[in-house]
Amino acid sequence: MWKYTFKRLIQGVITVWFIATATFFVMHNVPGDPLADAKAVSPEIRANLEAKYGLDKPVHEQYLIYLANFLRGDFGISFAQQNRYVNDIIYEHFPVSATLGILAIVFAGLGGVLWGALTALYRNRLPDVIIMFLVILGISVPSFVVAALGQLGIVNANNFFGTSLLPAVGWGTIAHMLVPSMVLGLGTMAYLTRLMRSSMLEIVNSDFVRTAKSKGLPPSRIFTNHQLRNAILPVITVLGPSIAAITTGGFVVESVFAIPGLGRYFVQAVQQSDYTVIMGTTVFYGAFLVFMVIVVDLLYAWVDPRVRLE
Amino acid sequence: MSEATLTPEDFRPAPATHAAQTLSRPSLSYWQDAWIRLKANRRALISLYIVMGLAAFTLLGPLVWDVDPAAQDVDQISKPPGADRSATVVEPYSAWDPSLQNGDGHGLRLAAPATNQTVRLVWDPDPHAAGYLIYRNIFPIGPENAFGLPLGETFSPNHTYFEDLLDLAPRRYYYTVVSLDAFGDRIGHETLEAEVKRVITADDAVVRGLADSPDALSVGDKVTLGLHPLGTDNLGRDMLARLMHGARVSLFIGICAPVIFMLFGVIYGSAAGFLAGNADQLLMRFADFVVALPFLLFMILFKILFDVGAGESGILPMLLAMVLLSWPGTARLVRGQILQIREEGYIGASRLLGAKTNYLILRHMIPNTLGVILVTLTFAVPSAIFTEAFLSFIGMGVVPPTPSWGSMCNEGIKTMLTTPHELIFPALFISITVLAFNLLGDGLRDALDARMRSMD
Amino acid sequence: MSSARTPDQTFDRFAGRQLLILALAGIAGITLLMVLLGWASSLTGASAGANVAVDPVTKTITLHMSTEPPQLNSSLATDMLSGMVLGHVMEGLLRYDQNSELAPGVAERWHIDGNGATFWLRKDALWSDGQPVTAHDFVFAWRLALDPENASQYAFILHPIKNAEAITRGELPVDALGVEASGDHTLRVELERPIAYFDKLVAFPTYYPIREDFYQQTNPRYGAESDTLLYNGAFMLTRWVHGAHLRLEKNPQYWNHEQIQINVLDFPYITTDPNAALNLFKDNKIAQTGLAAENLYEAMERRWQIQRFMDGSVFFVEFNFRDDRATKNLHLRKAIQLATDPAELVYKVTKLPGYLPGESIFPVWLKGVNGFFRQEYPAPAPTMDLDAAREHLAQAKRELGEIPALVLLTGDNPLSSLQSEYFQQVLRKNLGLDVRIDKQIFKQRLAKMTSGDFDMVMAGWGPDYDDPLTFGDLFASWNPNNRGMYANAELDANVEIAKTSLDPKTRMDAFGEIQRILIEDAAVLPNYERGSTFVVNPAMKGMVRRAVGLDPDYTYAYIDEP
Repeated sequence: MWKYTFKRLIQGVITVWFIATATFFVMHNVPGDPLADAKAVSPEIRANLEAKYGLDKPVHEQYLIYLANFLRGDFGISFAQQNRYVNDIIYEHFPVSATLGILAIVFAGLGGVLWGALTALYRNRLPDVIIMFLVILGISVPSFVVAALGQLGIVNANNFFGTSLLPAVGWGTIAHMLVPSMVLGLGTMAYLTRLMRSSMLEIVNSDFVRTAKSKGLPPSRIFTNHQLRNAILPVITVLGPSIAAITTGGFVVESVFAIPGLGRYFVQAVQQSDYTVIMGTTVFYGAFLVFMVIVVDLLYAWVDPRVRLE
Repeated sequence: MSEATLTPEDFRPAPATHAAQTLSRPSLSYWQDAWIRLKANRRALISLYIVMGLAAFTLLGPLVWDVDPAAQDVDQISKPPGADRSATVVEPYSAWDPSLQNGDGHGLRLAAPATNQTVRLVWDPDPHAAGYLIYRNIFPIGPENAFGLPLGETFSPNHTYFEDLLDLAPRRYYYTVVSLDAFGDRIGHETLEAEVKRVITADDAVVRGLADSPDALSVGDKVTLGLHPLGTDNLGRDMLARLMHGARVSLFIGICAPVIFMLFGVIYGSAAGFLAGNADQLLMRFADFVVALPFLLFMILFKILFDVGAGESGILPMLLAMVLLSWPGTARLVRGQILQIREEGYIGASRLLGAKTNYLILRHMIPNTLGVILVTLTFAVPSAIFTEAFLSFIGMGVVPPTPSWGSMCNEGIKTMLTTPHELIFPALFISITVLAFNLLGDGLRDALDARMRSMD
Repeated sequence: MSSARTPDQTFDRFAGRQLLILALAGIAGITLLMVLLGWASSLTGASAGANVAVDPVTKTITLHMSTEPPQLNSSLATDMLSGMVLGHVMEGLLRYDQNSELAPGVAERWHIDGNGATFWLRKDALWSDGQPVTAHDFVFAWRLALDPENASQYAFILHPIKNAEAITRGELPVDALGVEASGDHTLRVELERPIAYFDKLVAFPTYYPIREDFYQQTNPRYGAESDTLLYNGAFMLTRWVHGAHLRLEKNPQYWNHEQIQINVLDFPYITTDPNAALNLFKDNKIAQTGLAAENLYEAMERRWQIQRFMDGSVFFVEFNFRDDRATKNLHLRKAIQLATDPAELVYKVTKLPGYLPGESIFPVWLKGVNGFFRQEYPAPAPTMDLDAAREHLAQAKRELGEIPALVLLTGDNPLSSLQSEYFQQVLRKNLGLDVRIDKQIFKQRLAKMTSGDFDMVMAGWGPDYDDPLTFGDLFASWNPNNRGMYANAELDANVEIAKTSLDPKTRMDAFGEIQRILIEDAAVLPNYERGSTFVVNPAMKGMVRRAVGLDPDYTYAYIDEP
């Protein structure tokens, strides 16, 4: 177990190095000039700016400096916000994205399991038809449309009731989190509902459920302990990859709802060719995802004894 | 114990009994069987028809509805489907001299009939005013004095005329002129209702192909403006034509990107599967690296890395970026399948019967992985379409004027409340396509892969 | 128990009940989680704004920002939003009053003559920590902005001061700058040469004071956070949660604080999405928002009082005059000039009241000798004439051979995409020209503009100071912002006159000539003068909007419940 963990960690570190290198070389070949601004600058000022960001050195030297700084956990200073460290930017904005992501995952997971179980229970009856229709909508409507409609819905509800039920835009309190995280989790929830439904239907007809029933176990126990529990397993298996999709997929929701998350920051940084911020956030996200995958794999092994670690 | 004596008779082949080999049902190949299953699945079948319909819409549509998707009709901007299209022919626009053409009568009045070419307002000077503000509303101003849009202002008490050219539509407008005193405070206002008529000049009618020559039309004639079955967008371009051409982009990316990356993934994965050992380890380790790159972040980075030059649509860079980032999934899947199939009993049996490697690959490996690959491909299409739409949404998509469903949605979302058709149509097409491919994928999975069969 | 039920139905009923219990538990769990996360995020500093747009009790006005200021070091600031925040929390020697006229700021009196200027500072001007604002703080700030080490992009705006340009180039040390503090409250400035508009320059953010000891103490994070900035303006920044929230509170140390009626200017929303801002306004969360063309219908339907304002910027199509470009040909440019109609662009495409069809690169609000410049020197703008345009095109074809596809460089925001698509189609329809749109993100567009990788570019220019020269020298051959490398000796000569002369009439004549040359030479095609259409909460009064200087200005705002 420890040996395996150690091996995975080493692999993870190499992967992160690969991501960092790929990001560095992609960024240094991107056309455009991070130092250009609306007002043209004189060559002298330009030279000074290049020196400040180390752009006057040859690329391989810049790469080594970048790796060395990166090892020390220093991503440098932003080009656009000339006196903010990239570390501060990540430190301030990542928790916001993470909060949004965690809530979205919880909504998606819980919603998926409940709706899936419900539709399986009422198979081919009205609730099933309604929910599966909504699921199909959830899968096939682009997230930015859902987000815009969600915001519009809040505003219309607020106007209708004449009070501020929920804030339409912004971040900070519980009320701000509710709708954005539901919108973010919607696609995943729809997917999980489908998965849960088919997994439930498979379990309902399985031998051990029939045995349990014929043994005369109380229905509530059969349902919870035999059916739900086993049906959830495949759902848990896909939750891992969903975490990655949701944490990086927050761009749209963050920009529509004006949430100060790292995703929105990344898009802005790209639009401004803010090299250091782009490299910092990409490497950070990459590292985060790599280690999340490791953690999730280890958790599986711990939860499900059938999974053996090589 | 008794000695059995074997005679040569015993070694004669038994007579062939045909009865044992007669099949009770006709023999079906894997694909025939799959097709029967698919046909039985109503949802999948409908989806298949939808996909074929979309293909026809994309490829044949522009032949039937031969309208330039870039042609702008500034007379019909953001028109919903089914809007009134009649127009009256008028003289060409000429500059206005308010001292000659000032309408008769008193108070706020029209100097000339109100048309969507121009509305000319004249009013009487207010002895106390130092200037005027001119407003226009599409609703009555009501007790709250909601004057509407501030169109302009004049800075002299005798400057008592104003020409409105701003985005005039054939409808009723409420014009208000507010008098201002020297301090800029409002000291009075006057309102006028004006019914604007849709007009067109003879020259414009010819340019739009509504008449053969300007002489064929005389002032006062009625013409009917060009038909736009699904309305127009914010530059007066035909929505139907744009949806058809947008479908080319969206479906091209949606289908080509998965096909190419799966092809690459299949080659890569099968190479790893066959080579095994260290080469396999090395190849798969590299695939792991690529998988670890955050997809959307690198999608954006690659998109700007492959500098889109002038006049290019930006489709190929997007395609390339998608292929570069998406292949490892397929490679892993195929490698896994190959490794698994190699150990299957029937492969061993086939080998015992003397099958050659080529035969094994052609007869067993490929058909048995093809089902899985096809299913994965079908599911990859919706996500590629979504990725394109997402990139267009954050402004990193195709370059204008090339339309794509995603970029049309992005434009339409801004006018969601006033002209919803600009959002609804492209969003509907995305949704239907994504849905059709998803359901088709479900159907194919049920039909092709017994182990992955879903329960409903 | 009814015996009519089959065992399956009974099972379903129990299972349904079980599911309901689970659902309730799940909802409880999520609520708990949200409370925890809400608490956790309040620890990191995020916070919600006030509940209403205008709160008469706490005298709070809540507003939104499109993006946050990159940073608030006044010597480095370049963008509008930094300027807006800095204008509220800092004060220069001079400021603009309610009527947008120059008014005393930190300087009580001033005197400008041919070779220099003297400013007498008020004694009661204080920093937010209670120390007096002195002439040394200005000397330090100006030297800092020019210091090559600091690499300020706005250093050029200090260049009228003696030796300033040489300092930026690193030829002279910073203390050679022609500015000195004589005592704490007198600032003497030596100018490189006489200029007519120095008083208008000193109201600009790059001229704001910075206190040396505080700067050294916080460097390099000066202006990065609310606590690494020292204030001498009407407000101070008490909270800055990056990307989320800026809060400005009344500065009790401000010399004129009794005149300030608003206690808090709160910016708890940062969003570039105009729809989101509009939704906030509808929700009565913010007191002011701009309207896009697509929002006008709703604004009328909701019976809002809509206002408009011209923000002073001019937008135009610049041509490339480098030798290898077809657009160097006068007849081609003339053809394009005569085949396009800015009025159609403004009235049919951008569709916003407040936009004015472009006729000149000098906007209508610039002041001339006595009245407005454009009334004294009407722009000789040509009217659209397709026949003449086609003749010019034929001439151009005779000179150039076949016209190659023209590259139209444009930005990635929706409005410039829309305009370039319109422009492309107009040139195709009217002249049969093949125009290729090159849509680039901001920095890539700038890089391509600088390297000359375009034929035409959609560009714009906002004024830095209230004098026609801020537009007039744009196409001088030596100006680095002249990205198309337009060179015209006659224009250069007139720019020189406008820069050096002190006589208003001579200067305005020179600007009139510049205007004529640019139009006759078809050097640039003005598209429009940008306007802004906006709605304001009726309870907020006294907001000032201006083309040059602090905009929007809430310093004089007050709350008046109707």
